[in-house]
Amino acid sequence: MRPFEYIQATEPAQAVATVTADPATDYVAGGTTQVDLMLKDGILSPSRLVDVTKLPLQWITADAAVIRVGATTTMEELAADPTVVRRLPFVRESLLRSASVQLRNMATIGGNLLQRTRCRYYRDPAVDACNKRKPGSGCAAVTGPARMHAILGASPHCIALHASDLAVALVTLDTVVHILGPGGVRSVPLTEFYLEPDGTPDIENVMAHGELITDIEIPLLPEGARQTYLKVRDRTSYEFALASAAVAVVVEDKMLRDVRIGLGGVGTIPWRAYDAEHVLREAPASNETFRAAAEAAVRDPFTVPGTAFKVELAKRTLVRALQTVTGVTQ
Amino acid sequence: MRDVDQGAVPQVAATIRINGRPEQLLLDARVTLLDALRDRLGLTGTKKGCDQGACGACTVLIDGKRMLSCLTLAAKCDGREVVTIEGLASDGLRHPVQDAFIRHDAFQCGYCTPGQIMSAVGLLAEGRAGSDDDIREFMSGNICRCGAYSNIVGAIREVAGRGGA
Repeated sequence: MRPFEYIQATEPAQAVATVTADPATDYVAGGTTQVDLMLKDGILSPSRLVDVTKLPLQWITADAAVIRVGATTTMEELAADPTVVRRLPFVRESLLRSASVQLRNMATIGGNLLQRTRCRYYRDPAVDACNKRKPGSGCAAVTGPARMHAILGASPHCIALHASDLAVALVTLDTVVHILGPGGVRSVPLTEFYLEPDGTPDIENVMAHGELITDIEIPLLPEGARQTYLKVRDRTSYEFALASAAVAVVVEDKMLRDVRIGLGGVGTIPWRAYDAEHVLREAPASNETFRAAAEAAVRDPFTVPGTAFKVELAKRTLVRALQTVTGVTQ
Repeated sequence: MRDVDQGAVPQVAATIRINGRPEQLLLDARVTLLDALRDRLGLTGTKKGCDQGACGACTVLIDGKRMLSCLTLAAKCDGREVVTIEGLASDGLRHPVQDAFIRHDAFQCGYCTPGQIMSAVGLLAEGRAGSDDDIREFMSGNICRCGAYSNIVGAIREVAGRGGA
């Protein structure tokens, strides 16, 4: 691993200027992605790291309509926030089902959204074929053993999974990401923040080098909205999702009014299932409509032998989440 | 100490309070807190298990919160307070969690034990030992390859005041 310089930034604009000016300079926040990929896997090798955890971005505020979260707030801090506990319990669930307490005490909200894929081919420098790491080199995961990989937004170019649980809940809420760049602040809806790999798996989101997430803005659900985050995995705790569903609904007389659905463990990006929402909006809550929604949600999967099981698993995960949240099981 | 390459490798100064004692370190920026503890300060109680954030053996308290020292750059700890397994005892008396681990035989090979104990101290401070299920869930970041889990749960349950059975 090559040596690097370490700087603690104290002022956001100065941090942005420093990183923007040098392609070999990166940010580090909690370190659970950056340090892992630099020191352990040898995938990233910046010559300078700018630590953002001393910036004044560790805060949470809320009013009647939105909760705003500074980017260096930790996952444990957000999970414990009273507004999240009361108004967005499925966001809390998505956080508490992520990683371990130790990692959640380190990992930040901005870093969670920007976390890199856990694809083992991406993280293994001995693997040549990785379009995400080395554009144009191919994809070893498509032909090799795969399991913890994506089936939605995937293609022969890349099936790397976006493993965030939090982002799956946040993407259903029309969360807005505030980004500081050299020219000032811009705001991007989380639904437009991530880019499907297509022919350029190395470009994962709309952020330019040097841009910094300063905070995110999460609109609250109406009082009384029912919500759940269901995560299916190989072990009960401390494991990535094979499939997950973030569901929030407003139900009146067994009719679904507002419906928001996100899928995790299956997408190259945190997956907003608009087609499934469309099927359910103004529809009766029943197993029949739930199943129709699940079919719509996973309509055009790209699978390899190791991930084919996820098509049915994702559908059943969504159906069960809808049953849980509506109380309707027939 | 070899001092070749000292000019080429960027160094970072960090003052870290470790087990109540301020330590002034001049570090290669690549050094993790885990390696600084073990190799610079001789505090070998904190164990290097997977060294990639998966096993919890390197758990320490930073500013009172349990974190993984293997994924923490030592330089990031400048001005912070670190407690390791060596800092738990006070006045020569073991911490109650240490006593409970002995009483419950909550280890076999012992390699994960310092991390388990530090994590348990964190868990108790967080108030998350209300049920055995909670203990299992919120201790899931600490892996024990010997499988001493049931006795670890018993030890933590006892310290939480829910009986020592």
